[in-house]
Amino acid sequence: MQFAFDEDQLAMTDAARVMLVETCTPADLRHLLERNEAWDEARWNAIRDMGLVAMLAPEDAGGLELAPVDLVGIAEAAGYVGLPEPLVEQAGIVVPLLASLADDRGWIERVIRGEVVAVGHPANPFVADADTAGAFILPHGAELHLVEREQVSLTLRHSVDTFRRLFTVDWSPSPETMVGSDWGQTADRGALFTAAQLIGLGQRAIDLAVAYAKDRTQFGKPIGSYQAVKHLIASAQVKIEFARPVVHAAAAELPLDTFASRARVAHAKIAAGDAADLATRTAVQVYGAMGMTREADVHFFLKRTLALRYAWGTAFDHRATVIERLNTRPTGPDMTFASRVPA
Amino acid sequence: MKLEYTPEQDAFRAEVRAWMEANVPSGPLPSFDLTREGFEAHRDWERKLSEGRWGMVTWPEAYGGRALDLIRWLIFEEEYYRAKAPTRVNQNGIFLLGPTMMEFGTEDQKARFLPRMAAGDDIWAQAWSEPGAGSDLAGVRATATRDGDHYILNGQKTWSSRAVFADWAFGLFREPGSERHKGMSLILFPLDAPGVTRRPIQRMDGKMVFAELFLDNVRVPVADRLGDEGQGWHVCMATAGFERGLMLRSPARYQVAASNLLTLYENNKNSLPASVAERVAQSWMDADAYALSIYSTASRLTAGGSIGPESSTNKIFWSEMDIALHQTALDILGDRAELAPPDLGTTAVDWLEDYIFALAGPIYAGSNEIQRNIIAERMLGLPRA
Ligand SMILES: Cc1cc2nc3c(=O)[nH]c(=O)nc-3n(C[C@H](O)[C@H](O)[C@H](O)COP(=O)(O)OP(=O)(O)OC[C@H]3O[C@@H](n4cnc5c(N)ncnc54)[C@H](O)[C@@H]3O)c2cc1C
Repeated sequence: MQFAFDEDQLAMTDAARVMLVETCTPADLRHLLERNEAWDEARWNAIRDMGLVAMLAPEDAGGLELAPVDLVGIAEAAGYVGLPEPLVEQAGIVVPLLASLADDRGWIERVIRGEVVAVGHPANPFVADADTAGAFILPHGAELHLVEREQVSLTLRHSVDTFRRLFTVDWSPSPETMVGSDWGQTADRGALFTAAQLIGLGQRAIDLAVAYAKDRTQFGKPIGSYQAVKHLIASAQVKIEFARPVVHAAAAELPLDTFASRARVAHAKIAAGDAADLATRTAVQVYGAMGMTREADVHFFLKRTLALRYAWGTAFDHRATVIERLNTRPTGPDMTFASRVPA
Repeated sequence: MKLEYTPEQDAFRAEVRAWMEANVPSGPLPSFDLTREGFEAHRDWERKLSEGRWGMVTWPEAYGGRALDLIRWLIFEEEYYRAKAPTRVNQNGIFLLGPTMMEFGTEDQKARFLPRMAAGDDIWAQAWSEPGAGSDLAGVRATATRDGDHYILNGQKTWSSRAVFADWAFGLFREPGSERHKGMSLILFPLDAPGVTRRPIQRMDGKMVFAELFLDNVRVPVADRLGDEGQGWHVCMATAGFERGLMLRSPARYQVAASNLLTLYENNKNSLPASVAERVAQSWMDADAYALSIYSTASRLTAGGSIGPESSTNKIFWSEMDIALHQTALDILGDRAELAPPDLGTTAVDWLEDYIFALAGPIYAGSNEIQRNIIAERMLGLPRA
């Protein structure tokens, strides 16, 4: 039993976090926003050059063949900076999905080199990152189809978060495009890495609120010296503190692929969503009217939180999974870890 | 990250489970807050635990422990609660004073007090609070006046848990004339010493869970001071860290409560809306989240890390979770929720009693308002008022 990241994991996460914090500042986000873009080529190259997209890819495809738990801290960091580019989606969801196909038609290597594959999983009606994608994995009944860019037509759907490029995709399945009939753990990976981003988003909102509360004065004192403000922020921090270990456990347990490990992912998504929701709303409250504007930075993180809370399964869906786990599997203090719970 | 127990940890769990199965009393013991008889029944249980060397598994063997790491302590606690073993009457001693003494005590004090504590021979009470000094503990007025190699203690302490029947207390006293954080000492005194009067305080349900203590020229040897003279504040803050950190509330307690809540819901669900399942599930998730968080802290501490102001987040989390869990249980009981013993019937869990106890969670061990101040100021760096 060792519920802590090892030194390699910490070093890799730290390096990625530093790079992301430096290259994806709120000022950088503003520049993209002004240009109505959601993609920074230089940053994407830095991400790719660090090997982050390839972390979970098999070695023979040029990857590092690491586990979800190795990526979870990096997903948290991507949430922390409000990263517009689909690092988490490509590295955490697309690459393992491609790796699970009998024939990925060469796409896993192309993704590792920096191209994008968009996923139309049934859990998400709108397909994210479709305009930058070179190919799509789309459902047709139980089948999975790998469809090239020129075989689809896209209609933009406007997300509140303009960095989320959502589309509806028109396409026709054919025997040539069919590549599989099993999504495997894709939905769980989606929920897990979304949860990790939510933790980062929530922590960022708190850090912004703290900085603002030290700076902004009213009645002759920093507002952060008032207990009412302190307690708001402290309560949000408590919620983050107790969602984070659930997300980390979900990442470590995901490979088990048992009912209990799936329920843990569901728990992680609920807890991280609730915590990020409270944290971002708290930040708006602490900022006062400024918090409602585009002039303060909070809106970047609040809108992404709002979007990600509903992506890869809502709290209703995930709660149903937890309830089923409670109804069908033993609970109690000797059942904390999924490895102990009968499959 | 390895969220699986080692074969040795599994073997340890099996050993605890077997011992508990063979030794835990079959029914609940009488309350230690109502009668001397109940208190002594719990002391007997402490003795039995200590005969099996289960009194305090993390302590060094020399003091009756097994020198186990925190992960094993958690496994022990899981099996303890799973077996429905009695509440530890000596928890102030073993979880608060014990670790403090390990850090600040002299060799002589450790040898004199720790084995007796582990064995249940001395049951301890914490005598910090005073009528005028609750949250503001630096406002303590009770005095320790030096007289050669003795102190003379005077003053009043209050809300002292289990002091109605306990044997010893560890109290916070100040040098006459000193102010605030300076001049305080932590002093150990027997509750049957001449000059000590105890007055039980009734909790709202009539139980005598705590007492007031009046000290009138109580003489104690200087050798019974814990830590240096005038360093009482420093020593007490270390104890408070243990209190809020890991030891006070092990996660197993809430995981068992959540399992009991599930059973309660199962038994009543035909007469309840399906939405109740969501609240039950939330309590279960919160209990598991708390367990995961403590496991991750324990892993960090076992690897040589330290616990900082983030321990204050624990206290808020478990106290609020505890109330929500018991509220859900009372909501499920509905019109039966208000029934107190003797009208309770033979239900295994006294939800009302546990709810009333849970209400105190946000107050004791440093109120949640104070914990939120600590998080805001020491963890997040917000300015003081
Ligand atoms: C069941 C139980 C067992 C206890 N056992 C023991 C024991 O064994 N030994 C012992 O020494 N003590 C014990 N206590 C006492 C406990 O430590 C105190 O009750 C606690 O520290 C709060 O002090 P108080 O009750 O005087 O409340 P007060 O300090 O008067 O506070 C009243 C209210 O005001 C709030 N408040 C106070 N100051 C501030 C501030 N600066 N900012 C914001 N809010 C503030 C508090 O949070 C609280 O809500 C016990 C208490 C209970 C309920």
